Amino acid sequence: MNNIIRGKAFVLGDNIDTDQIIPAKFLSYNPSDPAERKYFGMYAMDGVPAGQSGLPDGNLRFVKPNEFKSEYNIVIGGKNFGCGSSREHAPLAIAEAGVRVVVAEFYARIFFRNCVNGGYLVPCEATERLVDQVHTGDEMIVDLAKSVLTNVTRHRTHVLKPLGDVAPIIEAGGVFEYARASGMVKK
Amino acid sequence: MSAMTLTEKIIAKHSGQQTVQPGDNVWVDVDILMTHDVCGPGTIGIFHEKFGRDAKVWDKNRVVIIPDHYIFTADLKCHRNVQILRDFVREQGLRFYYDPEFVKNEPGMPNPYKDPTKTTYKGVCHKALPEEGHVRPGEILLGTDSHTCTAGAFGQFATGVGNSDAAFTLGTGKTWLKVPPTMKFTFHGQIPPYLTAKDLILLVIGEIGVAGATYKTMYFAGQGVASLTLEDRMTLTNMAIEAGGKNGVCDVDEKTLQYVRRRSQVKQWEVFRDDPGAAYCFEREWDLSTLEPLVAKPHSPDNRDTARNCRHVKVDRAYIGSCTGGKITDMIFAASILKGHTVKVPTFVVPGSTEVHADMKRLNLRGAAKDTNEKSIEDILLDAGCQVGPSGCSACLGGPADTFGRLNSTETCISTTNRNFPGRMGSMQSAVYLASPLTVAASALTGRVTDPREYVTTPIQTGTAGVL
Repeated sequence: MNNIIRGKAFVLGDNIDTDQIIPAKFLSYNPSDPAERKYFGMYAMDGVPAGQSGLPDGNLRFVKPNEFKSEYNIVIGGKNFGCGSSREHAPLAIAEAGVRVVVAEFYARIFFRNCVNGGYLVPCEATERLVDQVHTGDEMIVDLAKSVLTNVTRHRTHVLKPLGDVAPIIEAGGVFEYARASGMVKK
Repeated sequence: MSAMTLTEKIIAKHSGQQTVQPGDNVWVDVDILMTHDVCGPGTIGIFHEKFGRDAKVWDKNRVVIIPDHYIFTADLKCHRNVQILRDFVREQGLRFYYDPEFVKNEPGMPNPYKDPTKTTYKGVCHKALPEEGHVRPGEILLGTDSHTCTAGAFGQFATGVGNSDAAFTLGTGKTWLKVPPTMKFTFHGQIPPYLTAKDLILLVIGEIGVAGATYKTMYFAGQGVASLTLEDRMTLTNMAIEAGGKNGVCDVDEKTLQYVRRRSQVKQWEVFRDDPGAAYCFEREWDLSTLEPLVAKPHSPDNRDTARNCRHVKVDRAYIGSCTGGKITDMIFAASILKGHTVKVPTFVVPGSTEVHADMKRLNLRGAAKDTNEKSIEDILLDAGCQVGPSGCSACLGGPADTFGRLNSTETCISTTNRNFPGRMGSMQSAVYLASPLTVAASALTGRVTDPREYVTTPIQTGTAGVL
C-alpha cells in the first residue's frame, strides 16, 4: 500500500448520504462490468445539493460533465459520512472517480465497512472538524503511516486517528486478501 | 459469566465463544444471506472474481435472492440485472429465489402480475423474508440492503452489508463483526389509536439524531412494544439504520413464535433474551400516553416535529408503501381513515409484498376475510381515489424515471417510507415528510400535513392481518 497520497481536496458537509454520493437512478449499471463500472465515476456526488458541493463556496462539480475522473482525489467530509443505504456503489463511485482517501469526522457503519472490505478507499477519521478549515481545491498530503494530513496550500497539519482494528484489512487490500493472507480462505 | 444482551449472545454463539463484549472483533457463521436486483449483480461479480468462475456458494439452502427494487421500469439494464440473478440461481442450484416471471428482457415496461397469489414474485425483500420463512429468532441474517435490520423484530441479529461482504459470505459462510454496545429504548403503556410504531421510531431518531446509534444495537423494550403487532415492531427495527444503528431488536414473545412456527421450514431456533444486569450504553423511557403524532421534515429523518405544528404545510401528494410503511397493517391504518372520503392530492399506494397485495384484496377493514358483499381494503383505497401500483420498492428510493409514484419535479410528498434525504424519492427539487400511515392518510384528505387525531378516535383493529 502506498502510504502517501497527494492531491486536491473536495470538501463536503455533514451527513453525506449514499443517495447523494450515487443517486439511485444510476444503480442499474452493473459494477462488475468494466464498460458500465466507469459510469459510477462520472456520476459520483451527482446527488449532492449544489450549494453544498465543494465547500466553502459550493456550486462546484466533483466530476466535470461527460468526464469519468475527478480533478480532486482527496475527499474531506464532516460527521456521519456515507449514511443511508448499504449500496457499495458509493465507495466504488468515489474510487472510480480517482479518489483513494476520504477524511471525515466519522462514518456511517456500512459505508466504512464497504470502504475497508471492498478495498476501495481508505476511510480516515480526523481528530478535529476539517470542513471549516479546508477549502475545495487546497493541495493536501495524507501520510497514512504517520496518520497526518498536511494542507500544503494553507501550511497546516492535522492529526488523523490511527486506522485501528481495520488497519490489517486495509493494508491487505480488502477482506478477501486479508482472509487469504491469514489462511481463512484458500489461495 | 458476565451478563449479556440478546445481540451479544447471538454473536457469541455464532463465533463459538462463551462470551463477547462490545468492541470485540469476531468472525461469525452466517445463517442466511439475502441479496436483490440492485446489489446482486455486483455481489455475484465479486464472488466470481474472488473465488473463481466455477466456485460454489457455501450453502445453497442459505442464500435467498429477492428481486424487488427496479422491476416495473422499461430500463433494459434493470431487466438484464434480473437475468443475472436468474443465471446465478441456475448455476448454483439455489433453492430460494422469487422470480418476477413477467420481466422478460423485452423493450418496454413489464406487464405486472394480474393476480398477486399467482406469481413467484414477492416484492420488497424485508417483507418477503419473514413471510417466506427465512427469519428465525437467534439467527444471523445479512442482506445487501441497509433495511435488513427489519428482521431484528423477530429477535435475531440482522444487518445490512455491501457487495464485497456479501460475496465473502457467499464463498465462506462467514463475516467479521465488531460487537455493538446496546442502547435500550423502553415504551410503557399501550399504544393509543392515533399512533403507530412509525411515530415511536421518529421520536427516537429525533431524540438521538441520524448518527445517534452508529455502530450500536437499538433494543426496543417494554409493554408498549409488546402491545404492538409484529408488523408494527418491524417498523421500529426497520428504521434503526436511520439513526445509524447496526441492528435493531425486539424481544421474542408468543406473537413472534406463532408467526415463525407457521412460516419457517426450519423448525429449530434459539430464543435469547437480555440477562438481568446486561449493560446498556444508553437508556431512555417513554410513556406512550404522553406522545403525539410526529413527522420528519425535509431533508433528514431526525428533523422531527409534531404533525400538529406542521398543519400549515401544503402537500402535493401522498405515498403509502415500502418495507417501512407498506405492510398490510399499514394499509388497514390508512384505509380506516380514507374510508368513505376522497383524497385531495394524488395518493400512491404500493403494497410491500405480493402477499400484502393479495391480503388487500382478500381482507376487510378489520383484517378478516371479507364477505362477498363487503369492501376489500384495496376497494376502499381505490374508492377514495388512491392509485394502487404493483408491489416493490418503487418510489421509496426514487429509482428510474418511469418508477410508479416517483417525485419528478418540485413536489412536496408526505410518505410512509423511511428516508427523506435530498432527492431520495426522485427529483432534487422535491421534498419529503416522513410520517405514519395514519398521518399520511389524514394529510391525503386535506392536502396539508394533518394530525390524524382529527380522524381517529377509536382503536383500529387489524385482527390477524399479516399473521395468518
